[in-house]
Amino acid sequence: MARYLIPLGVFIVLLGFLAVGLKLNPREVPSPLIDKPAPAFQLERLDQPNQVVKLEDLRGQVWLLNVWASWCVACMQEHPVLVEFSKSGVLPIYGLNYKDRRDDAKAWLAKNGNPYNVSIVDADGRVGIDYGVYGVPETFLIDKQGVIRFKQIGPVTPEVLQDKILPLARKLQG
Amino acid sequence: MMSRFLFVILLTLPMIVQAKEAAPTSDDPALEQRLMNLATELRCLVCQNQSLADSHADLAIDLRNQVREQMKAGKTDDEIRAWLTQRYGDFVLYRPPVRSTTALLWFGPFLLLLVGLVGLGLYLRRRRQVIGQPRFTDEEHARAQALLHSDQGPPTS
Repeated sequence: MARYLIPLGVFIVLLGFLAVGLKLNPREVPSPLIDKPAPAFQLERLDQPNQVVKLEDLRGQVWLLNVWASWCVACMQEHPVLVEFSKSGVLPIYGLNYKDRRDDAKAWLAKNGNPYNVSIVDADGRVGIDYGVYGVPETFLIDKQGVIRFKQIGPVTPEVLQDKILPLARKLQG
Repeated sequence: MMSRFLFVILLTLPMIVQAKEAAPTSDDPALEQRLMNLATELRCLVCQNQSLADSHADLAIDLRNQVREQMKAGKTDDEIRAWLTQRYGDFVLYRPPVRSTTALLWFGPFLLLLVGLVGLGLYLRRRRQVIGQPRFTDEEHARAQALLHSDQGPPTS
């Protein structure tokens, strides 16, 4: 009897590992930046190229940094969620326009709606690299002290917003 | 006929399309060699089964450019690795450091080997015991001898 039970047991354990493996997303690399200060930046505004936004300007509030681009297909998917959420005014959303053309980006916002308080331009992707961006869209939740508290890799869904971002944001807002 | 002609024309199209211009490299071959050596140990995050040296993803090109800049600025390989892991985590390293979270990764294969060796040892010991036992009792032996030496042929029915 044991000679059949042992292979069966091994098989079931293997099946368990494979089942868990199926649910893991290998593209989601845990960010080492969680609970670390957000990297500094100094970037032009998308709508007003002569105005510069710095990280320090955003201190004292809990805010979302959403990395987007007009060439990014998955951004289209999350965009209505962000537009809808921006209407609630719970959190300010700042857009990091990643490796995009200014005109394309502006046209994209005009067409699809603009959920961002301000969008800033990271034309060469350097700030993106500082934030460990490797797949657009990515979204960071940053607290009043400028510390990154949460990172969403890939599109923000209504579920992620409701279950993860909002509860944490309320706690951080105090 | 026309469509077949068009089809052939279409087939030759890829030959007309020219390859993209090579990415700008620095004029210092020693530095390029050092860059490639380091980049083969680093994972491209966009296409995860490629190294930073092999990948043509935009991010990989950007990262190679930044690594090149840092090398020119006199940073050591270790400093550059630290710069990358600070942003992307240990995941970028094909040879991750030994930590409690990576212990299974490093020592798991040896653990499996050990389990296999112990299993093999147990199996061989049991087998030796089986082989050591006499296969026939004396009585059975005597009967076999008697049968072999008797004049009777094999049973015919």
